[in-house]
Amino acid sequence: MRELNAVYVIVAREIKKFTRERSRLISTLARPLIWLFLVGGGMSRLVSPGMGVSYIQFIYPGILGMTILFSSIFSSISIIWDKEFGLLKEILVAPVSRLSIVIGKALSGTIISVIQVVIILCLSPFLGLKMGLLSIIYVIAISSLLAFCISSLGIIVASFFESFESFGAIINFIVMPMFFLSGAMYPVKQLPDILKLLTKMNPVTYGVDALKHAVFRGRAMHDFSIVTDVGLLIIASVISIIVAGVLFERKN
Amino acid sequence: MISVKNLSRKFGDITAVNDISFEVGEGTIFGFLGPNGAGKTTTINILCTLLAPTSGSAFISGHDCTKSSSEVRKSIGIVFQDTTLDRDLTAYENLLFHAYLYDVRKSEMKQRINDALHFVDLYDRRKDLVKHFSGGMKRRLEVARGLIHRPKVLFLDEPTLGLDPQTRASLWEFIVELPQKHNVTIFMTTHYMEEAEVCNKIAIIDNGKIIAMGSPEDLKKTLGGDIIYIKTTDNSRARLDIEKLLGVEVFEEDSELYLMSQKGDYCIPEIIRNLGEAVLSVRLQRPTLNDVFLRMTGRAIRESDMSSGDNVRQMVRSYRRKFERT
Repeated sequence: MRELNAVYVIVAREIKKFTRERSRLISTLARPLIWLFLVGGGMSRLVSPGMGVSYIQFIYPGILGMTILFSSIFSSISIIWDKEFGLLKEILVAPVSRLSIVIGKALSGTIISVIQVVIILCLSPFLGLKMGLLSIIYVIAISSLLAFCISSLGIIVASFFESFESFGAIINFIVMPMFFLSGAMYPVKQLPDILKLLTKMNPVTYGVDALKHAVFRGRAMHDFSIVTDVGLLIIASVISIIVAGVLFERKN
Repeated sequence: MISVKNLSRKFGDITAVNDISFEVGEGTIFGFLGPNGAGKTTTINILCTLLAPTSGSAFISGHDCTKSSSEVRKSIGIVFQDTTLDRDLTAYENLLFHAYLYDVRKSEMKQRINDALHFVDLYDRRKDLVKHFSGGMKRRLEVARGLIHRPKVLFLDEPTLGLDPQTRASLWEFIVELPQKHNVTIFMTTHYMEEAEVCNKIAIIDNGKIIAMGSPEDLKKTLGGDIIYIKTTDNSRARLDIEKLLGVEVFEEDSELYLMSQKGDYCIPEIIRNLGEAVLSVRLQRPTLNDVFLRMTGRAIRESDMSSGDNVRQMVRSYRRKFERT
């Protein structure tokens, strides 16, 4: 009960802060919209993925993945803020286990990401995508799994950094490569071998691929089977949250 | 309530805390004084279970700080040196967050938070974001937060650091009330010596070792008592009179007589009665904890006369013997 309360209140705090800061919501939604309409819209004339799918539709699952990637990482990296503003110390001296703190943080990132996914889902009709209720449920379920995995990875990243000055480095050297090497913008099959290898090591790849399954049901836009995608995501999530817990325990 | 025995903590080659021992009684205010880097925060971190000691033991309310950290955490409240509030939450939300972390019963939460807010006089500001609070308000809110789960011991690490004199004074007024009102033992650190006057017991730490311990009064007595300065119409005669009267040595400096006494305030009337109209002026200087501290840390010894310096060192040695055995 005590541990559940701790998880609950850590999540509640993040959600409260997220909904309170309208500017944060707007700015996190701006990025996917820019990519979707400015990059996707522009490239649609050049690239045609086939099977009656336009490029802007093709990158839609990738944009969902990007939204999850950015907002989960940002949410987890807020641990560095907490460290700098001292609140982490208040949490660390409380009689709750380190694992509850880590799970609370990972769930916060998950929920905040899924809220944004739902907002972007509302755009799908404008892109000419017809998604049934089942597809929408699939998308939300897969998004939750991917978001939990990335949030846990974010906690691992955050435990290596002491101050927020490293923020730029995290974005440039971790988040951007994870985004481009995820099959979000182009099919994995057509990548050069070295990039293909890197892409296959990236958990975001399987999240985006699973989202492709869910969005384009029946049309073969995906690179892997849904079982591979979901299985690998679950394995990656479990490993990440355990590593995050151990690192968090050791560093604090 | 707190019992520390032969506690040491090393960081590589540096010994931050070196074999310290002390006891803190229930419902008392214990002051842990020392210059920056003396080992105060390291000691607090060990007691708060954030740091494991290299050797020795520490118990809070019967719970071992190294083995049953969860029990220890439940029975302590902490106000850290740096603010640990969430600036983007309101005062009420900060306390609510704390109440959940400490598993306060849901039915009691609201009442306890409101009581705490009233106690620190922040009830009217409960819906304001903490980032709009002044330094003193934040500190008060942190004390309130530290009390929400009804701890047995409240740690205050430099509670008045960075506050203006007025806020410091009002914060102290309120801290001294805590033991009675909230049934809590207080363990505080400070390097403002005059603030330590409110403590029931003080330990002075320097270079990781406790060099003196006792009540503020006891510690000040180790300096040889108060100094009385007297100006008279005939100093040489008055000097003989006083020496005969009190049996202490009287010195003269800049046409002013001075003498040391354990009870200066009682000596003055006696002197005046005896010397009568010859007295022109009298002033009494009481030793402050600051004097004690300067003397103890050795920095003032060479300035003072050796006899009292030796005295102090002896006192320190006997103190150490006395407390290291327990």
